[in-house]
Amino acid sequence: MRSDASRLGFYLLLAPILLWLVVLIILPHIGLFIVSISEKLGPREYETGFGNYTAFFSEPLYWRTFARTAIMSILATALTLVLGFPIAYYIAKLTRGRTKTVLFLMCMIPFWVSELVRTFGWMILLRETGVFSNLLQSLGLVSGPVEMLYNDAAIMVGLVYTSILFMVVPLVTTLDSLDDSLIEAGYDLGGTSTSIMREIVIPHAMPGIVSGCIVVFMLSLGNYLTPILLGGKDSLWFTGMIYTQFITRFNWELGSAFGFLLLGLSSLVVFLGLKLSGQTLSQTMGRS
Amino acid sequence: MTVKLSKFGRVAIATTAMVAVPMMAGAETLRLLTWGGYAPEEVIAKFEEETGHTVEVTTSNNEEMIAKLRATNGGGFDLAQPSQDRITSAQEEFGIYKPIDMSRINADLFIPSMLSATAANTTFDGEVYGLPHVWGTSGLVVNTAMAQSVQDYTDLCDDAVAGKVSYRLKRPTLIGFAYSMGLDPFAAYGDSATYQGILDQVEAKLTECKANVKTYWDGGDEIKNLLRSGEVVASMAWDTGGWQLNADNPDITFVAPKSGALGWIDTFVLPARGRADDAAYDWINFVMQPEIAAMITNTAGNFTAAVNGDAEVNADLKARYQGSFDQQAIDNIKWYPPVPAGLEAMEGASLDRINAAN
Repeated sequence: MRSDASRLGFYLLLAPILLWLVVLIILPHIGLFIVSISEKLGPREYETGFGNYTAFFSEPLYWRTFARTAIMSILATALTLVLGFPIAYYIAKLTRGRTKTVLFLMCMIPFWVSELVRTFGWMILLRETGVFSNLLQSLGLVSGPVEMLYNDAAIMVGLVYTSILFMVVPLVTTLDSLDDSLIEAGYDLGGTSTSIMREIVIPHAMPGIVSGCIVVFMLSLGNYLTPILLGGKDSLWFTGMIYTQFITRFNWELGSAFGFLLLGLSSLVVFLGLKLSGQTLSQTMGRS
Repeated sequence: MTVKLSKFGRVAIATTAMVAVPMMAGAETLRLLTWGGYAPEEVIAKFEEETGHTVEVTTSNNEEMIAKLRATNGGGFDLAQPSQDRITSAQEEFGIYKPIDMSRINADLFIPSMLSATAANTTFDGEVYGLPHVWGTSGLVVNTAMAQSVQDYTDLCDDAVAGKVSYRLKRPTLIGFAYSMGLDPFAAYGDSATYQGILDQVEAKLTECKANVKTYWDGGDEIKNLLRSGEVVASMAWDTGGWQLNADNPDITFVAPKSGALGWIDTFVLPARGRADDAAYDWINFVMQPEIAAMITNTAGNFTAAVNGDAEVNADLKARYQGSFDQQAIDNIKWYPPVPAGLEAMEGASLDRINAAN
């Protein structure tokens, strides 16, 4: 009797997450998959097959865009880590009390406005008649207006800016949990700053680094606004391509196939990343 | 006399009440899927007061309208306003509209030639699916002080305006360039081999022209900002965008290209699973009244298919319209014929290749 009641409690607690998974994630994906394996023959005429998937691999434009998106996302992740780690280390180890809270808050404030507004902010800064261009001209460093918008570097700036918080937060958490006495012991035993960083801090922060990287990579890969608004005429992004297939081409079949490929290939990149860093998903997600 | 008047007044009130009561009883919520500016607040308020219906507006564009209706098999909205060339193919492929019951329309409110032309273009399986509402053109918006040379679409590829040009990477660009290159894409709509030949030539031209382009624009506000700041001096855009900019900066205006502006008509269609047909017909008959049509023209910037709809339009807008279009330019407007199903896939492949080319 008692075990029945506890079992009921278990299922009741499980119900919301199961509903969430089945109704909002699994069912739509099944629907998407069914759409993705139907090939269009003519108006209201469809046939089951993997033609949409082969179209992705046979048309260089599609897989090149995907590769470009993946490589730029990896680069953005690396840049975010390089920029985010010193910030997180400073907040977690070198500040105390109020300063710590203030610094942490300052990292978060830009995220209180929507991504669209932040992206428009960058457009105002970078455009030909924008703030940076005018500043450089008034300082006499350049003679005419400079265009800094509409290129891949602008996309990169936007992506790093959009996702840096998601790197800093897990890093601060893991670095916080590192006992300062371990670092002191390292110095007592004659370690240099570099060796302590390499032997003590980074290994301890690894789960935070990996979970931050996974989140940032996924956010960049799935970002739609930043690449579309900041990118130039050659800057194709895979999510933009999915949008085009669904909305302007009315080709839901190919769009769905693209969606599945994005899911599969991004999972593959994360899996490879975990393997290379020697971490497991449960370790990284469990600790931070 | 006063007594008589008040009697008349009382009768009038009574009649209004009698008419209003059954109307109120049939009050519905009209879910309208339309373009920005086509359903101004003041028009909605007047309509709600007069008929008792309530109106919920969702603004969108052609592609998103069709995508939204396709996602629900024609549900979720009671009245939509796609362009006339996008109706038969969408109906053929997805079956998202229902036929218009002409007996419920006050046909006298419509300019007869436009009503019949739209009816002909939106007939599928013998049924009419669309009624004309707002029409306009796309062509060139040019900063005349800085880009005098731009008179036609292909002039956008001139060295004189290198790096200061913008257009959309969408089907109107393909069609505009084709006309400007002396081809006739609309005549080739029915013949996919000829059309592919035209697309190939346009693709080569646009790839070559890519170096001239600053960026491909997506939204109306984006191109307006680019032109206003002077970062772009010539672009392909809608007539209203050019006229709005002209109000701020007299140098910028809409220029009807030599090879002809591209004319579109936005229509009224009934989504297949719309629930408030009464409200939808009431709305159509309401907004096509000349004074309401003028209110819509004043906010949307484009003229309507309403008889005498231009009478109360403000003088500035009329002047800008006349400045851009002389009679010859009007006669030269290329009206979009219905797009055959499947044509967009061919165009899409060309656009993708242009986008990817270096």
